[in-house]
Amino acid sequence: MNDMSPPAVAAVPRPEPFVRVEDLRVTFVSRDATVRAVNGISFDLERGKVLCVIGESGSGKSVMMRSLLRLHPKGRTVIEGGMRVGEHDIASIGDRTMTKLRGSLVSMVFQEPMTALDPLYTVGEQIAETVRRHEKVSREAAWARALELLELVRVPSPERRLKAYPHELSGGLRQRIVIAMALSCRPSLLLADEPTTALDASVQIQILVLLRRIQREMGMAMIFVTHDLGVAAQIADEVAVMYAGRIIEYGDARDVLVAPKHPYTRAMLASTAKDQGRDHPLEAIAGSPPDLRALPDGCSFAPRCAHAGPDCTRAVPAPVTDLRRHMARCVRTRLKAGLLTFDPGVAGDPAVREGIDLAARSSPAHCASA
Amino acid sequence: MIHPIAVAGGSHPSPDPRDRGGPAQPMLIVQGLKKSFPIRAGLLNRTVAEVRAVDDVSFVVVKGETLGIVGESGCGKSTLARLLMHLIPKDAGQLVLDGDPVGEARGVMLDELRRSLQMVFQDSASSLNPRLPIEQSIAYGPRVQGASGSSAKAQARSLMEKVGLNPSLFGQRYPHELSGGQKQRVNIARALALDPRLLILDEAVSALDKSVEAQVLNLLGVLKRQLNLTYIFISHDLHVVRYISDRVLVMYLGQVVEIGPVDAIYDDPKHPYTQALLACRLSMDPEARVEAAPLAGDPPSPVSPPPGCRFHTRCPFVEEICKTAAPVLGDVLALAPERHLAACHMVQPGSGHSRAPDRVGVH
Repeated sequence: MNDMSPPAVAAVPRPEPFVRVEDLRVTFVSRDATVRAVNGISFDLERGKVLCVIGESGSGKSVMMRSLLRLHPKGRTVIEGGMRVGEHDIASIGDRTMTKLRGSLVSMVFQEPMTALDPLYTVGEQIAETVRRHEKVSREAAWARALELLELVRVPSPERRLKAYPHELSGGLRQRIVIAMALSCRPSLLLADEPTTALDASVQIQILVLLRRIQREMGMAMIFVTHDLGVAAQIADEVAVMYAGRIIEYGDARDVLVAPKHPYTRAMLASTAKDQGRDHPLEAIAGSPPDLRALPDGCSFAPRCAHAGPDCTRAVPAPVTDLRRHMARCVRTRLKAGLLTFDPGVAGDPAVREGIDLAARSSPAHCASA
Repeated sequence: MIHPIAVAGGSHPSPDPRDRGGPAQPMLIVQGLKKSFPIRAGLLNRTVAEVRAVDDVSFVVVKGETLGIVGESGCGKSTLARLLMHLIPKDAGQLVLDGDPVGEARGVMLDELRRSLQMVFQDSASSLNPRLPIEQSIAYGPRVQGASGSSAKAQARSLMEKVGLNPSLFGQRYPHELSGGQKQRVNIARALALDPRLLILDEAVSALDKSVEAQVLNLLGVLKRQLNLTYIFISHDLHVVRYISDRVLVMYLGQVVEIGPVDAIYDDPKHPYTQALLACRLSMDPEARVEAAPLAGDPPSPVSPPPGCRFHTRCPFVEEICKTAAPVLGDVLALAPERHLAACHMVQPGSGHSRAPDRVGVH
């Protein structure tokens, strides 16, 4: 791996964050099983910044996003921890206030533009309805706003497109419409759940450039969920890598994507096909993501990790954060001159480091129970 | 009609007992393949227009190679795969499988074609029968082709081992009990059950997570060497295509716009469409962001493709000649497969385009 060490900088005092999530836990309870989808995640996000959440399917990234809009079924979901957006405490406000805030304070763009649009209404009717739902304006004014929004998201010949039904539009145009609708009430926080995954590479880049431009112009905060490291590099200011419902690495986009420290992020980067020699097999990560119904003790990535030892399964590794706010949850990371470093030779606790625990290392029973 | 062609460098296959045409005979020759879908409307359900999904496509697949096919959605790459498999009837064109024409007298018949040519689809869940345990799904093909129950079952179990699934653990499971990556392994095993020569992989890894995608790509590499396979690999992921392919074919609106060895295409793309498509690849470095989209808008409708060069509506180098005359790719069947060809007036000497070269023969 490339161990580019960024220049050391002193910690700068940060302004009050716009979004603050503290120790968020989301559990789905059913008769068969209890699924722990999100297991204590915390992050801050300032106004005008883009946080990219990277993770595989089942890592809890979409569940985390939906929690910010309180979209989970009430009876079967247990949400713990704090979520604050602006001055609103998302976790405690009433349902009626939440309905008002959806769209105006927090808005969301979903992955599949076809299912996010109603096939029976024209695009214009759907956008105008959203505007009128939140703002007391006349039908004509709402329609004019819809036209303005289509121009904002650069839909060609917008007057004609307002009268079109969703099936008459291409995937890229539909996604632009969905973005226009999400922006219709000028949200302060935009959530985007894999908005470009279903699109062609050529259209994907158009949508990413568009989202980035609108986000900057409107000064919105944005949380963007993706499984594609290339997409994250394209849009993120900050990156959070999720695995089994936890943020296992966090930091400035370049720090995380170019010089990752957590073995999972490093392995993800190494396993991505990108100009490697054809004669060499890809460095695939063995095994499959953990079962959220029965999470292993300690580090969830340990069963798939090339650097795992018995010290990894004792407890969930504590976050190690450096001066640049680059954080990783791995017992093999250390602070060196104030910066985060990954050292495969380092052991998680002193006992193991001094070789006292060598017996435990060779005993699989111990590993499983620890 | 059938041209014996020198094998592309580096991928010389070992002699295979199933070989009929000899090692230099291409595995598959596709000539002038056409397919259009009618659009019916009105009271009498008359055909009002047609979508020319695959419009005069010719290419060669050399034995033992991986041919990558790239293009935007709607360019006809999946229709092409289905035409090769004879899942939909073609309108015109000819297929030659290892020296024998397909579907003609004294040629290969359809069941023989299906034995030699198998396909893995994108959606790993919907391509498996939800009512069959996966062992039976894999054994189904051999049973249909006449194998006994016990030998088909034994074969299914050995195939599961080949694709990295423990048969005693997974054999009796149903598709919904498997993860996406495991289902795609089952699909690969099922495609291999008839001992095919050529495997068509239509976006076979696109729906998988990155870490699982790498596992499946490695598996495909191992199987290709073990079983002496030839792949047609269709994908929109240009990084993956570069990793897995020996040669690449670029499609735009139903036509081949560029074909050549993978490094020639990626390092020195000739066609402006290929150049733009490659520029859409995302860098892993936030400092190397694409600030302006290389391709504006969506591809034009294949119902009424633009006259002349089909790419001229989005091409930055468009000139008068492009709007009137369609550029030709060159005779892909007559030339050696390692040649790099592009259907663009800018590479055709004397085409009338101001950027066209003066002399003949620089590719």
